Amino acid sequence: MSKEWPLWEVFIRGQHGMSHRHIGSLHAPDAEMAIKNARDVYTRRNEGVSIWVVEAVHIAASSPSDKGPFYEPSNSKVYRHPAFFDIPDDVGAM
Amino acid sequence: MYAQMIKTASNSVKTRDEMSDSERAFQDRIDAGQKIEPKDWMPDDYRATLIRQIGQHAHSEIVGQLPEGNWITRAPTLERKAILIAKVQDEAGHGLYLYCAAETLGVSRDELIEELHAGRMKYSSIFNYPTLNWADMGAIGWLVDGAAIMNQVPLQRTSYGPYSRAMVRICKEESFHQRQGYSIMLKMAQGNDAQKAMAQDSLNRFWYPSLMMFGPPDAESVHSEQSMAWKIKINTNDELRQKFVDQTVPQIEYLGLECPDQTITWNAEKDGYDYAQPDWNEFFEVIKGNGPCNKERLAARVKAWDDGEWVRDGLLAHAKKKSARVAAE
Repeated sequence: MSKEWPLWEVFIRGQHGMSHRHIGSLHAPDAEMAIKNARDVYTRRNEGVSIWVVEAVHIAASSPSDKGPFYEPSNSKVYRHPAFFDIPDDVGAM
Repeated sequence: MYAQMIKTASNSVKTRDEMSDSERAFQDRIDAGQKIEPKDWMPDDYRATLIRQIGQHAHSEIVGQLPEGNWITRAPTLERKAILIAKVQDEAGHGLYLYCAAETLGVSRDELIEELHAGRMKYSSIFNYPTLNWADMGAIGWLVDGAAIMNQVPLQRTSYGPYSRAMVRICKEESFHQRQGYSIMLKMAQGNDAQKAMAQDSLNRFWYPSLMMFGPPDAESVHSEQSMAWKIKINTNDELRQKFVDQTVPQIEYLGLECPDQTITWNAEKDGYDYAQPDWNEFFEVIKGNGPCNKERLAARVKAWDDGEWVRDGLLAHAKKKSARVAAE
């Protein structure tokens, strides 16, 4: 049985009003220590006001080999972008 | 550099015809400036070489805390002590970022640490030199971190995503290190005769070992072609060394100190200084483990690891007990 502390992924919100962003990883025995370690490692220079930690094994991720088929359907739906529609200049900013 | 003489896992660079379809697609992505991410397909040799390189880089950050840690208790003022602690703490953080980047390649941090302790992995040659006076804290920040920045700035563009992101964070913090070092040197160089002599002595001892950080001359440096094709090495050893010398000589002049290399001359034609090579035999001896402090540094790391075992085990046991209690409720 491994004695290595589990790996945690760290998410930090830089300032009020922004989303949490993945900033890095660290090892810690539990969530409480992971947050304390994240504070020490990733917010030494005012980088954040809120920390989330998630044990890395609990993250489910899309697979890079699916990249084509997985995201392809949205490529054909160009009408989802505002620039798809021609609005006459006379209408003004929209 | 912090990663010196990394032996590329493959012997030669494959031509496009020799590459398999996946290898060709992989090289095309790198040539197009795309980042390779942990779950992407990559050649085994790319993975093995990166583990070696990032691992050695991480070890250097951690072992690099020792020469400076030596002076924390003897810093001349409380402010200098607080600054030095912050600097050494940053190095621990840099080691962490890099170990985490290496771990995305499928190796665990404990495995890397075991390799270091068994002498199968190296750290930068520079940390095998002793720190004999307070000015050494200046010389290390200014020259050693300065040399590291030379290498790390281009590595922000390296092809492996997690390594690149670690480099971005490290570079942001590294300029504090270099400036704090130079500020110590300024103070010493402008001080009394004894202080000025300490600054000069420190520069004399760290000049050539700093030049060695970039690794052997290009003519003798094998294995870098493949690493450059993979964009895990961006510049050659000599290119970076030249850049470092050109940047540093005017800074020495500003301090009013003498360059330890008496032969140094400006070469207008190449728009850079002609400088004397360090003693490469000394470099290879240090790499082999025969530098002034190799045994002491490794012993200190092993001791810290062994002495910390009960803390690591205790915290893990506590965490398990706590989660079992929560589960029972």
